[in-house]
Amino acid sequence: MKAEMKKLVKVRNLKKYFPGTEVSIFRTGKDVKAVDGVSFDIYEQETLGLVGETGCGKTTVGRTMLHLYPPTAGKIIFDGVDLNDLGERELRFTRSKMQMIFQDPYASLNPRMTVGSIVGAPLDVHTDQSKKEKRERVQELLDIVGLNPDFVNRYPHEFSGGQRQRIGIARALALNPDFVVCDEPISSLDVSIQAQVVNLLEDLQKKLGLTYLFIAHDLSMVRHISDRMAVMYLGKIVELADRDEIFLNSLHPYTQALMSAVPVPDPDLAEKKDRVILDGDIPNPSNPPLGCNFNTRCPVATDICFKEEPEYREVKDRHWVACHLVK
Amino acid sequence: MTPLLEIKNLKTRFYTQDGVVRAVNDVSYTMDSGEILGVVGESGCGKSVHALSMMQLIPYPPGKITNGEVWLDGQDLLTLSEEEMQKVRGRDIAMIFQDPMTSLNPVYTVGFQIVEALLLHNDMTKKEAKYRAGELLELVGIPGAKDRLDDYPHQFSGGMRQRAMIAMGLSCEPKLLIADEPTTALDVTIQAQIIDLVKKLQDELGMSIMWITHDLGVVAELAHTINVMYAGSIIETGKIRNIYKNTKHPYTIGLLGSLPRLDDAPGTELVSIPGLPPDLLALPEGCPFAARCEYRIEQCLVEKPPLVEIDGKDHAVACWRWEEIAGIRSK
Repeated sequence: MKAEMKKLVKVRNLKKYFPGTEVSIFRTGKDVKAVDGVSFDIYEQETLGLVGETGCGKTTVGRTMLHLYPPTAGKIIFDGVDLNDLGERELRFTRSKMQMIFQDPYASLNPRMTVGSIVGAPLDVHTDQSKKEKRERVQELLDIVGLNPDFVNRYPHEFSGGQRQRIGIARALALNPDFVVCDEPISSLDVSIQAQVVNLLEDLQKKLGLTYLFIAHDLSMVRHISDRMAVMYLGKIVELADRDEIFLNSLHPYTQALMSAVPVPDPDLAEKKDRVILDGDIPNPSNPPLGCNFNTRCPVATDICFKEEPEYREVKDRHWVACHLVK
Repeated sequence: MTPLLEIKNLKTRFYTQDGVVRAVNDVSYTMDSGEILGVVGESGCGKSVHALSMMQLIPYPPGKITNGEVWLDGQDLLTLSEEEMQKVRGRDIAMIFQDPMTSLNPVYTVGFQIVEALLLHNDMTKKEAKYRAGELLELVGIPGAKDRLDDYPHQFSGGMRQRAMIAMGLSCEPKLLIADEPTTALDVTIQAQIIDLVKKLQDELGMSIMWITHDLGVVAELAHTINVMYAGSIIETGKIRNIYKNTKHPYTIGLLGSLPRLDDAPGTELVSIPGLPPDLLALPEGCPFAARCEYRIEQCLVEKPPLVEIDGKDHAVACWRWEEIAGIRSK
């Protein structure tokens, strides 16, 4: 990628804490630190993949970036504008340029609305187009995502999972956004359908010049679609680099373990592979360990890892990592 | 050697308001003892229903096994009464389910639930059973196993719950362990732990395992043999290398092509299979995959291809044109 590429989204030290549940009337539990200080940039027309395991905060990052959750601290700068500085109305306008595709195509479409009104809803909110214009736009959108434009009057239950996800994509595209957060858009779909949706997303990106944040836990799919990749663990980004760099020269022990845990659909390679099997589970995000987050499971942790938090820094050109042991 | 398990012409139907769902259509295969069999397919292909049918766990109505035999160790399970079947379940065949959250009872301790299974099938005292339950939890790698017997399921993490389910499955040393998507709900690093554990246990205990999954990656690391299912039928089966390296059925080819691989060259487009699996309420006359198949001919639409053995014994495929397709693809 060229160095002069424009940074479309800048995220600086973003934090999102959710209040702890009430333990008794005198005491509430500790805050859940879902996102605990992440910083990264997304360049125009690139796909940044964001991977991590359940509960690592990847979805919260996506939602907070659109200010669907107000951030606890930190800045999101979209196209030169700090979203914190915007009032309700301006935020709403800016949001039309940033859209989201959700994970569950069954839960994210209102079962009582027709496909036409679901896809047209953003147009109702943000534009004053006439009924006819809206209808034409909706049909155009359905066509773009590979659905029959005559389906406008059907209801979501008449569609399969893959087709519903296409409806969700059409809705996200209705306002010609620049930036789309894809929050695990394929994880609830069957394998053969996943490929259809990923190919569609890639086509649309080329055609419409979109920028994606692609959130997923399926590393092989993220590698397929992303230009750069960030790996999250317990609310923090542990490593971020160009796609091939991170796959070939990953530096953080967690990234290495994650890569080696991905099953390969090839018995010969599977046999040869050196597995790093991590012990234990992810710690509770309301009570993260002292020092480096990963020290409870890290196979190479030393004394310093239990005392000091590693700094997130650029160790090589365009390769960021947070680990004491990386020189 | 007689096989451990032999299924012959198994058919399962669900009689619903909308019509007859043909969930399992004429499935026949054998499994040897000590074998790990991977059953692979997408949702609704009948992979779970065929296993539940074997165990007679299909709810009736609406479900019904309309045909078939399931021979386990010289006994046709489908002829057994419910009472006899209860003795088989757990003792001869054990099953682990996808969601360890819902398959453990939240109001009993994990230890109690393992002890219950032990007492039901073995002649032992409560004390012995509790001791054995501790050993089992230790076997599946739960740290501080003996102290955790009195924990409730919610005190366990997802991976630990699945380990506890495996311990329960192993408690009566079954001849066959059926694992129905046991790692689907888990994260990859935890999945790797479980796969590692199952491999180790299989080495030590030598039981047969049927691993049902939609993930062709998981079984590549684990299985000896693979059955690929589509719309209630086995469409390709064989030793693992034959399935991955010498793939014959266009559906299996498509399925493998639609998986991105960590060693793909960047920029390669995924090969997607167009269309959707057929509606099991109205299965087409001919090959179930014909509507999505780029190689279909007239015959595929009218006549269902049988599963035929190819290249000797360890590979079979249900496709009229497998030889021609192999020829076309090698060009």
